[in-house]
Amino acid sequence: MDPKKLRYSKTHEWASLEGDICTVGLTQFAVDQLTDIIYIDMPDVGDPTVAGDSFGEIESVKAVSDLYAPVSGEILEVNEKLVNDPTIISKDPYGKGWLIKIKLDKGATLDHLLTLEQYEKQIASEEH
Amino acid sequence: MPLRTPLYDWHLSHGARMVEFSGWDMPVQYTTIVEEHTAVRTGAGLFDISHMGRLSFAGPDSLDLIQHVYTNNAATMKDFQARYGLICNENGGVRDDVLVYRWPYGWAMVVNASNRTKIVAWLAEQKGTRNLQVTDQTEQTCMVAVQGPRAIALCQGLTAFDPAQLAYYHAAPTQYKGKGCVLSRTGYTGEDGVEIMVSAAQAVELCDELLARGVKPCGLGARDTLRLEAAMPLYGHELTEDIDPLQAGLGWAVKLDKGDFIGREALLRRQQDKTRPVRVGLELEGKRIAREGAAVVREGRPIGKVTSGTFAPTLQKALAMAYVDPAQAAVGTTCSVDVRGKAEAAHVVALPFYRRPKT
Repeated sequence: MDPKKLRYSKTHEWASLEGDICTVGLTQFAVDQLTDIIYIDMPDVGDPTVAGDSFGEIESVKAVSDLYAPVSGEILEVNEKLVNDPTIISKDPYGKGWLIKIKLDKGATLDHLLTLEQYEKQIASEEH
Repeated sequence: MPLRTPLYDWHLSHGARMVEFSGWDMPVQYTTIVEEHTAVRTGAGLFDISHMGRLSFAGPDSLDLIQHVYTNNAATMKDFQARYGLICNENGGVRDDVLVYRWPYGWAMVVNASNRTKIVAWLAEQKGTRNLQVTDQTEQTCMVAVQGPRAIALCQGLTAFDPAQLAYYHAAPTQYKGKGCVLSRTGYTGEDGVEIMVSAAQAVELCDELLARGVKPCGLGARDTLRLEAAMPLYGHELTEDIDPLQAGLGWAVKLDKGDFIGREALLRRQQDKTRPVRVGLELEGKRIAREGAAVVREGRPIGKVTSGTFAPTLQKALAMAYVDPAQAAVGTTCSVDVRGKAEAAHVVALPFYRRPKT
């Protein structure tokens, strides 16, 4: 995945649309903040997602963080490899570390999400 | 406004992520917690522990005051020895866990950062007409810990006194680059190593030299995972004003027959109560972390609460310490821990979880 072609949520997920299927992952910034990823709690195929609501949890040594769905739809695919080895997320957050694929609800788009430029501005203001 | 140790800028320039801890700005990690933890278990790691309280006692009645507030027996300590013990309240609950040092010319005490103000006030309150002076030297000094199997070797030649000659739980006043320094063969990681105290002015120079010798900077994140694997209690978690040292499994640091001390009578009474919760180690079957406050359950009934938990980087297991009903505390007892609404299977294991290999 080319970070320049992706859209972003304020909660550090990236989204990539192909037809009506949206692939979701965590950004490099999120992965850098988490560092030691121990465990990931994933949804089931067929579960509904609501834009802005939690679809799972990621646990690092220091804390547990929610994973937020960037769009509304239905879970089509879950990256099962992460359950046994969550460190794949830190090693390749935009590639092999993808989290879920969502089949978008009719009429849903990625337009409400941030562009790379907007996301980079946000993280620049978060880091002090 | 949090306090800053003499190494604050040094931490930032080495890429530390800072966090507020007990009123101090401290590094939580420089790289990753797992990397730093592993460096301590396999080589040597450097911790800034300047936030911990360093109190010195001078005057003929110093031992008397220490004996009055401290559960262990300071009177049997030799010069240059360090000894762990508790300071209790009148109900036998723990006010702090401390290290006492005996010097030929006086005494010293190292206390938790979170309890420094409390203990300084407690000592003043308990002093009475005793002839002594307690001085808080925390903000004039720097203290660092160098911990790991390579720690002693990497510290040789640093100070006039050779750390390899220092016996475990002993200390030596010596020199670092011509100025006063104290070396103490103590630590909070379960590894060999030293804690080094220098004046604040030498802090940066000391740490630069340690890094050049191959010691890796480590933060509070790794400090917590290390002490947890070694089953060392953390004040505010395994020890509080409502928990007594006996139920915490620290009876070895309490000498009920040494003479009277604050909390002694209460401890004698509490000892009779065989129903009060006791500290145990838990190993969870899965990877999810049982964090502080999580309920421990057996056969549908709550039997206790987690006080600390993590995913242990060396042992590669989710581990926790908890206080449970003593009737359910036997090693091997199966139970579950409520982790954010889901019951995670666990069982009681012997403490410590980790012991360093004998060399």
